[in-house]
Amino acid sequence: MNRIVRILLGFIVGFVAGIAVLVAVRVLLGLTPMPATLAPVLFSGIGFAILGLLYGFEPSLGLTRGFIGMAIAMIVGVVAVTHFRRAMGLDPAYALEPAWTMAAVLGPIGFMLGVGAVTDWLKWIFGIHTPDQHGPPEGKPAWTRYFGFDQNHKVIGIQYTVTGIVLMGLAGIFALIFRSELAIPGIQFLALDMFNSLVGLHGIVMIAAILLGIGGFANYLVPLMIGASDMAFPRLNGFAFWIAVPSALLIVAALFFGGWDTGWTGYAPLSVRGAMGVNFFMIGVFFFGFSSILGSMNLITTTLYMRAPGMGLFRMPIYVWAVLATALIQLTGTQFIGLSFLMVVLERLFDLGFFNPAEGGNVILFQHLFWFYSHPAVYIFILPGLGIVSELLPVFARKPLFGYKWIALSSMAIALMGFLVWAHHMFAAGMEEALRVPFMYSTMLVAVPTGVKFFSWLGTMWRGKLSFPTPMLFVLASIAVFLIGGLTGPPLATVPTDLFLHDSYFVVGHFHATMFGGFVFPFFAALYFWYPKITGRMYNERLGQIHFALQTAGFYIMSLTMARTGLLGMRRRIADYDPDLGIQNLHIIMTVAGFVIFFGVLVGVYNLIVSARKGEVAAANPWGSRSPEWQIPSPAPEHNYEEPFEVVGEPYDYGLPGSVYVDMHPSGSKTAASPAH
Amino acid sequence: MAADTHAHEHPGAISPAKRLKMNRVGLWLFLLSETFLFGGILVSRFYLWGATRPELNQNLGLAVTLILLISSYFMYRAETAIKHDDRGDFLRSISVTIILGILFVAGVVGLEWQEAPIKPFTGGEFGIYGDIFFFMTGMHAFHVVTGVILLMIVAYRGYKGHLSSENFWPAEAAAIYWHFVDVVWVFFFPALYLMGSVVGPGH
Ligand code: HEM
Ligand SMILES: [Cu+2]
Repeated sequence: MNRIVRILLGFIVGFVAGIAVLVAVRVLLGLTPMPATLAPVLFSGIGFAILGLLYGFEPSLGLTRGFIGMAIAMIVGVVAVTHFRRAMGLDPAYALEPAWTMAAVLGPIGFMLGVGAVTDWLKWIFGIHTPDQHGPPEGKPAWTRYFGFDQNHKVIGIQYTVTGIVLMGLAGIFALIFRSELAIPGIQFLALDMFNSLVGLHGIVMIAAILLGIGGFANYLVPLMIGASDMAFPRLNGFAFWIAVPSALLIVAALFFGGWDTGWTGYAPLSVRGAMGVNFFMIGVFFFGFSSILGSMNLITTTLYMRAPGMGLFRMPIYVWAVLATALIQLTGTQFIGLSFLMVVLERLFDLGFFNPAEGGNVILFQHLFWFYSHPAVYIFILPGLGIVSELLPVFARKPLFGYKWIALSSMAIALMGFLVWAHHMFAAGMEEALRVPFMYSTMLVAVPTGVKFFSWLGTMWRGKLSFPTPMLFVLASIAVFLIGGLTGPPLATVPTDLFLHDSYFVVGHFHATMFGGFVFPFFAALYFWYPKITGRMYNERLGQIHFALQTAGFYIMSLTMARTGLLGMRRRIADYDPDLGIQNLHIIMTVAGFVIFFGVLVGVYNLIVSARKGEVAAANPWGSRSPEWQIPSPAPEHNYEEPFEVVGEPYDYGLPGSVYVDMHPSGSKTAASPAH
Repeated sequence: MAADTHAHEHPGAISPAKRLKMNRVGLWLFLLSETFLFGGILVSRFYLWGATRPELNQNLGLAVTLILLISSYFMYRAETAIKHDDRGDFLRSISVTIILGILFVAGVVGLEWQEAPIKPFTGGEFGIYGDIFFFMTGMHAFHVVTGVILLMIVAYRGYKGHLSSENFWPAEAAAIYWHFVDVVWVFFFPALYLMGSVVGPGH
């Protein structure tokens, strides 16, 4: 059948099915078949129509089956809880919060069943043979493997990265909406709770995007860089990616369940009392945690056991060190945000009192648990990015990386020390007073290993032969922007100044500078740098420069203005401000700068999409890199290296005559290639 | 099947011995992660209860603890048996482990939850004491239940003859997980039943 006809049919059938499902569910719940208003009918109809459309477009997409599985599981959850409550004699039988919380819990499970992420494990239980998957699925177009469960680390890496970019765009739009509201004092067009929800969504969806972006490059690069054919646990790898998709959907779905007022931090008691969107947000984050934990477990095992012969730990690419340190934090710390959010959800559902002083609970406990993960989490965001900076600088400076061992160990030191500073977020929270000064000092101490990295970057560039293609521009901007983040940190870590600055826009300026310097700029540097590896084509240099200029200029203006508005008295997460503060113009500047950044990123994404088809075919090793992944064809073959390579020298000896890092043909075929006489 | 014939032939394929090593490390990393979860739960208990504890049924607590400890012995026995190709002893021992695991859950969730002052179940108005008790035992019982399901799967695989001294990883993995859950209880039991002075209704 013609594809257009199938799509149309899918849409119509989906729409009718959506209404039928709604009616069926209402009957099952014991309600009237038709709701009083039209909105739920349209919502359900259009939702299923989109699924039908996708199905008509390409029936074999795992993604579509995942959505369908998720929808079915959520309906099952709502119906089951309602019947359970009816059987228990609870009134009302159909209660919104328990029913939909169960739906949120079951949804990701249904999704994973639908997308096929657990099929092999289920088969294994019954002793059915499950061969490893090699290459694209048989009998389907090759591109469909990117939209379904796949075991290849390069496919999964691309899935992570693209999903990350999509979420980044979404979170950016959320920000532009509430930023426009803030441009002038007074309430313009956003209801107050909508403003709060958008602030929270911007934060948490960006964090999800960052984690996905990190996972993307780690998955794509680590096996290639260490000479492995894939990750240690390919099925688990696919699972870790796909569980993030329904989790992200739940987080965004919070918007349709009253949103939530607390911002991304979810502080009790407000989160315990707020709308039920809190549950969707928190359960979404909880499931997202599986992605972090399982993904990092995989990365650590891969790094420890699958390195090429001769690659001792101190001959690994520096980026792999950064990923290793990051994975250690993710593996362990993530449990704490899951724990704190789980306790809030249980407190809401069962009327418990963990964080309720009237019942003997304590609100400060929430903050301790939450920040024990969420401070180390900020190092999760930046360590891989700083690793990319250290990885790329020697290539573009044509000089050895300055102090390789120190850099490698500084990543580890940051990861470990990051666990000892969490309470600097709680100086103003009524925390135990005796903790203030120790945490002030421990926080300052983290600046030492961070400083090691800055010295190494300067030392690497010193008297190098610098060239400035787009990836290098982003690398340099990373360093410069991260410096602002680093310099605004100590005033926040110092108790007396923090009591003034806490919860102000100064903090907002601080962490945007750290996140942009530590993640966003390095992420784009990496995208441009490995773009020819991933696609086999070159991006457009001119557009890359425009992207760079817009994003860097916009960002400098935005973050410095944020910090200044904070010093003048602007509070964060507040929809309005006093015109007499004299910050009106600063708000307009920030808003415009925000749009400029967004537009810059759009140019970048356009460049990446268009160049994938129309870009020049890339040279084999366009940057003259010594890293092994550049010594094989682009895009890399299904299992990376035909023959295992051997590491015979130091990784970053750029510019030293006669130095070699990898021997691509250790078994001797190289002599065959050289002239015989 | 075409896919079968070239399995393990692609460049960089992993030998079974190395695969076993990596499986072990992966599992231990997962347990390290879980340690942080249970550590966080213990921290919450000490943060909120301090040097106090509620009045609980000591005999029941001791009984379930013993049941779980004994189950770990039988799990060890089952693992050793399959590594020596003794399928009969494997099936017997793992069945005992499963039964003891179910008894443990029945003791904690079935009996103790009906007695302790836990709000959602008994309407107990004993605030944070009931809440933390419910949370700690609940999170642990959840892991015991997943452990029991895992054991059932492994027992079924063994019953079908899929496990042997060549292919024992599923049994070993289930055993390691089971011991881990057991060790967690070794920390939870004193934190709930023994440490601190009793406060509660009647005190
Ligand atoms: C020199 C290093 C750093 C120091 C001394 C430092 C210090 C601080 C302090 C004390 C706060 C709490 C401010 C308050 O709420 O009153 C804070 C907030 C924050 N920092 Fe840093 N920081 C540093 C580096 C970083 C890095 C590298 C990142 C991550 C990418 C980061 C991300 C954040 C975030 C996200 C917040 C705000 C959290 C929130 O309340 O939503 N910081 N920083
Ligand atoms: Cu922090």
